[in-house]
Amino acid sequence: MNRAAPPANERPAPGAATLENGVLAMTGDWDIRHALKLDRQLAALKFPGGQVTFDMSGIGRFDTTGAWLVERTRDAIAGQGGSVALQGGTEGQLSLLEAVHKAEPKPDAHTVRPPSPLIVMLDRAGSAILRLKDGARDAVGFMGLVIYTFGRTALKPARLRFTSLVHHMEETGLNAVPIVMLMSFLIGAVLAYQGSEQLQRFGAQIFTVDLIGISFLREIGILLTAILVAGRSGSAFTAQIGSMKMREEIDAMRTLGLDPVEMLIVPRILALVITLPLLGFLSGLAGLIGGGVVAVSALDISPIMYVERLQQVVEPRHFWVGIVKAPVFAFLIGAIGCFEGLRVSGSAESVGQRTTQSVVEGIFVVIIADAFFSILFVNLGW
Amino acid sequence: MAADKRDVIIEVRGLKNQFGKQVVHENLDLDVYRGEVIGIVGGSGTGKSVLLRSIVGLNTPAAGDVTVFGQRIGDLSADDRQLLEQRWGVLFQQGALFSGLTVAQNIQVPMREHLRLPEALMDEIAAVKIGLVGLGPEAGPKFPSELSGGMIKRAGLARALALDPEIVFLDEPTAGLDPIGAAAFDQLILQLKETLGLTVFMVTHDLDSLHAICDRIAVLAEKRVLVTGTMDDMLKQDHPWIREYFHGPRARAATSAWEGERGKAKVAD
Repeated sequence: MNRAAPPANERPAPGAATLENGVLAMTGDWDIRHALKLDRQLAALKFPGGQVTFDMSGIGRFDTTGAWLVERTRDAIAGQGGSVALQGGTEGQLSLLEAVHKAEPKPDAHTVRPPSPLIVMLDRAGSAILRLKDGARDAVGFMGLVIYTFGRTALKPARLRFTSLVHHMEETGLNAVPIVMLMSFLIGAVLAYQGSEQLQRFGAQIFTVDLIGISFLREIGILLTAILVAGRSGSAFTAQIGSMKMREEIDAMRTLGLDPVEMLIVPRILALVITLPLLGFLSGLAGLIGGGVVAVSALDISPIMYVERLQQVVEPRHFWVGIVKAPVFAFLIGAIGCFEGLRVSGSAESVGQRTTQSVVEGIFVVIIADAFFSILFVNLGW
Repeated sequence: MAADKRDVIIEVRGLKNQFGKQVVHENLDLDVYRGEVIGIVGGSGTGKSVLLRSIVGLNTPAAGDVTVFGQRIGDLSADDRQLLEQRWGVLFQQGALFSGLTVAQNIQVPMREHLRLPEALMDEIAAVKIGLVGLGPEAGPKFPSELSGGMIKRAGLARALALDPEIVFLDEPTAGLDPIGAAAFDQLILQLKETLGLTVFMVTHDLDSLHAICDRIAVLAEKRVLVTGTMDDMLKQDHPWIREYFHGPRARAATSAWEGERGKAKVAD
């Protein structure tokens, strides 16, 4: 072995550099562990002009970092018009020095100066706007593609991936039942409690039932379900499709003549479109039960009275107004989840970013759509 | 050289690895000497990568001891373990670069974590390592997703070498590289071994690599290391799998090419 390094169990000797009479004496270990000290010592040295001798005979352990420090010092002296003679280095040390010399980045790699913060800021703002534009164009294109593929699948139902559809219905629908119902039950209970507090002042406690019935069936049940599903399934779609994209599985599908929109996206969106109304129905049910439990236990409303009052005030149209929104929300959440998944590029970080984006956008779009529905229904007088 | 050869740097004794009911290794013994390049070969599923993972402690063996630098891996405290880990580098099969960091940042990760170095010096060291593994300076600010397969391997090796380790573990370093790229990578490993005094533990299927750079070869079969020895030793073995491996059609081509080289070298001498 031509390595000068002592066996690892020997005690390390701190590396040091001392300059005397034009001779730079290097002692101890010149390795990455002592680089901090060596870097400072070398920076503090003032080299005289003319020839400097590097005495390497005292060096113990010597690695690429140590070699780089020697090389850098040699360059600096050469830059000031001086010259360097090496002395006492072993064959191994010299060959390492030679290798580092060859690997040394060329000066022009160093001189790239970072642009001013103002330019960086403008650059970032500009590219964000451009990305927004591209994103909007891609989103419109994607929606068109999805609708087209849905239409084609409707004309040729045999192309529907039935197994995949059922699998996603189980994942996004059945497995979400407990959490959706629990949340709705609790929100229903809270709503009943808070509502009754206010209504009591007017002696109108019985209107709590109206409050729960109408608000839950028209708005809260579906909205709550949609938000939960966006967080639960929209994110899952993005992560699944995103990691497939990252590992070139989507490209592989295309080369095999399989349409990724048909294979991956249609079953997922359709599964949500089918299950979200069902989940919304269960959510409404759980909300009414939650409200009822509070009404019976904390307010002076008997179970019979609660049910009778519900039947009086809650007309079927309230239920339909709620449930009709569900497929639309489902489509939006599913499409956004899949779209963001397809936008994943390269890194694991990108999967994370896209997943976050998918959830945020999903919830945002659902609330916007809900606002539009409200205006529509009010104008229709429903 | 001969005296150094006896300096055992990795010692595996009675290793047993088991996944569920499937026993991968049983009673496996292996010695690796300081400063050598050892190539591990074996059929698919003989646990070459598992052996590598057991040595670096990613896999806890069911039985047996792994001793590296005279320290038993299983007995170390977390702190000692960390110190030990700074003395080896691992190149994973797919490079395993951190995808959210640039190549230069990838190389600096272990330095930032374990050492205190000035920022400028770290940048310079990263640039030197990038040059050392044969990448151009433009590779430094790139993200792994922007690199080709061969560049990822080189960048992975640069990260493995970040702290100037004494041992590098390479998991199929030349798999997926074109022959020219693979040969260049072999030469790179050989050169780094010569200049840095590395010990190289290499899992490989590449017969050309085995010929070109391995001092010794260890054959994994029948759940243990069946034989170890030089290429010449391997060619003399009678075990059917070893014969098949080193005398198959592809092996013959590699061997004859290698013998041609050796012949030429002798003439040149």
